[in-house]
Amino acid sequence: MKKATEIFIPLMTDVCAEGNICVEGLNVHYGDRHALKDINITLPAKKITAIIGPSGCGKTTLLKCFNRLIDSIDGTKVTGKVMLNGEDIFDPHADVINIRKKMGLLSQRPYPLPMSIFDNVAYGPRIHGTRKKSELNQIVEYYLKEASLWDEVKDRLYTPASGLSIGQQQRLCLARGLAVKPEIILGDEPTSALDPISSAHIEEKFVEFKNKYTIVMVTHILRQAIRIADYIIFMYLGEIIEHGPAEQVLEHPKDKRTSDYIKGIIS
Amino acid sequence: MNINKVEEGIFKVLMKASTLLVLASLFLIIYSILRKGLPSLSWAMVTQTPKGGFFLGKGGGILNAIVGSLYLAGGSTILGLFISLPVALYLNIYRTKTSRFANFTRLCLDVLWGIPSIVYGAFGFAIMLLVGLKASLLAGIFTLTLMVIPIMIRAMDEVIMTVPKGLIDASYSLGATRFETSLKVVSKQVLPGILTAILISFGRSIGDAASVLFTSGFTDRIPTSLMQPAANLPLAIFFQLSTPIPEVQDRAYASALVLTLIILIISILSRIATKKFTKHKV
Repeated sequence: MKKATEIFIPLMTDVCAEGNICVEGLNVHYGDRHALKDINITLPAKKITAIIGPSGCGKTTLLKCFNRLIDSIDGTKVTGKVMLNGEDIFDPHADVINIRKKMGLLSQRPYPLPMSIFDNVAYGPRIHGTRKKSELNQIVEYYLKEASLWDEVKDRLYTPASGLSIGQQQRLCLARGLAVKPEIILGDEPTSALDPISSAHIEEKFVEFKNKYTIVMVTHILRQAIRIADYIIFMYLGEIIEHGPAEQVLEHPKDKRTSDYIKGIIS
Repeated sequence: MNINKVEEGIFKVLMKASTLLVLASLFLIIYSILRKGLPSLSWAMVTQTPKGGFFLGKGGGILNAIVGSLYLAGGSTILGLFISLPVALYLNIYRTKTSRFANFTRLCLDVLWGIPSIVYGAFGFAIMLLVGLKASLLAGIFTLTLMVIPIMIRAMDEVIMTVPKGLIDASYSLGATRFETSLKVVSKQVLPGILTAILISFGRSIGDAASVLFTSGFTDRIPTSLMQPAANLPLAIFFQLSTPIPEVQDRAYASALVLTLIILIISILSRIATKKFTKHKV
């Protein structure tokens, strides 16, 4: 295995501060392929961090490590630590359910569950023990409002979620994720399947939420990162090349590969 | 003339011809059953048990076989469902796509699917001797269950495989366990496929004569307990056809008509159910 490369990490402190996600020496292998190479990074709490980089650079893999969806991929080997609130996510004794509960996920295309709009939002609270109908009604209404979907669906809460437009479906997925009260929102190119107006909705929501949640999103769209990110991580072939406050990375990139990517020479 | 167009034309004709051939043979079967069976089909036939032992007489009906068949097929399908669904979910949700164990299991099931039903009958009979069970409804249901399990599991397995990984991940990311995901998301998503699997199994089960020949026996009475022997339609057809009496032979066609109608009704019901349950599918 490659020795840890010394890179300057401005956000890294000795103790991982409350709410921050601290990645320490993370390596991921898919069979023979070394997908993530010695990742050391701290993602700040209550900010929007955008992970950018060309296809196949490991952005999504890194994201999948945070909620351990990587577990369900065949033949992966993970070493290293991801610390959150003093606990290592990859600790063999870690409570995966609890970890996933803390993180809402928005995937590339929305996957509404095969049930009604109401049941989609109530799914998480229900499996975590909320049974009372009155309580569920409140939860569903509150989070659909949070995701700015309530007005559009309040008259058809009990119709199939698959009947919504794709943009509405993504906002439903957002509401569904928020309903389990996460601390972190993970977005895996959450707007890539959406039309511009629906994309703008999601971006607005992210900006609105950043005081309440830590948001980590993978994006293919550089302009999106410019619009909403506070911090930027640039990845290339499984490594973190550069990271820091958005302006610094975008306007004064230190590495040639970063500036090439930003200029569009590589993509 | 364009060579591509000729090619297209030839294959189109061939495809149409094959489709017609299939439909024609199906309608021919139905026609011959109707022609010979319809005149002998009477209200008495479907509401009375036979009078005159093993269909040698001309009186009475085949109610014993109708009820017996429904008990056997219904029982084995329900029992099969409770065994098959967990296996199909296990193979897909708890095992990965490249799991050797899962693929070995699939291979075994495919082999079991191909085993002739008379072998299941003989096997069931051997087990019955071993445990001292007499030919009965229970033994018949058990044997038929063994026969339909591979069919059911593989039919469900194929549809569960098509569930998008993103959907399963969505459920996991909300903190659901694999069990909750299987039960509340995957099962709902593949409900139409499960109904199809049930229908295929029911059809196989109700139409099979060989596996119940030794195991459920045959009787003129309607069974009132699981330990009594039970008649069934395929065997009733066989026995009636084997008699030298023409009227009884015609009744065999009437019995076949009843069997076909049962399958038709079940198919229509499952289609309606499928439509009703697909509304949530994503």
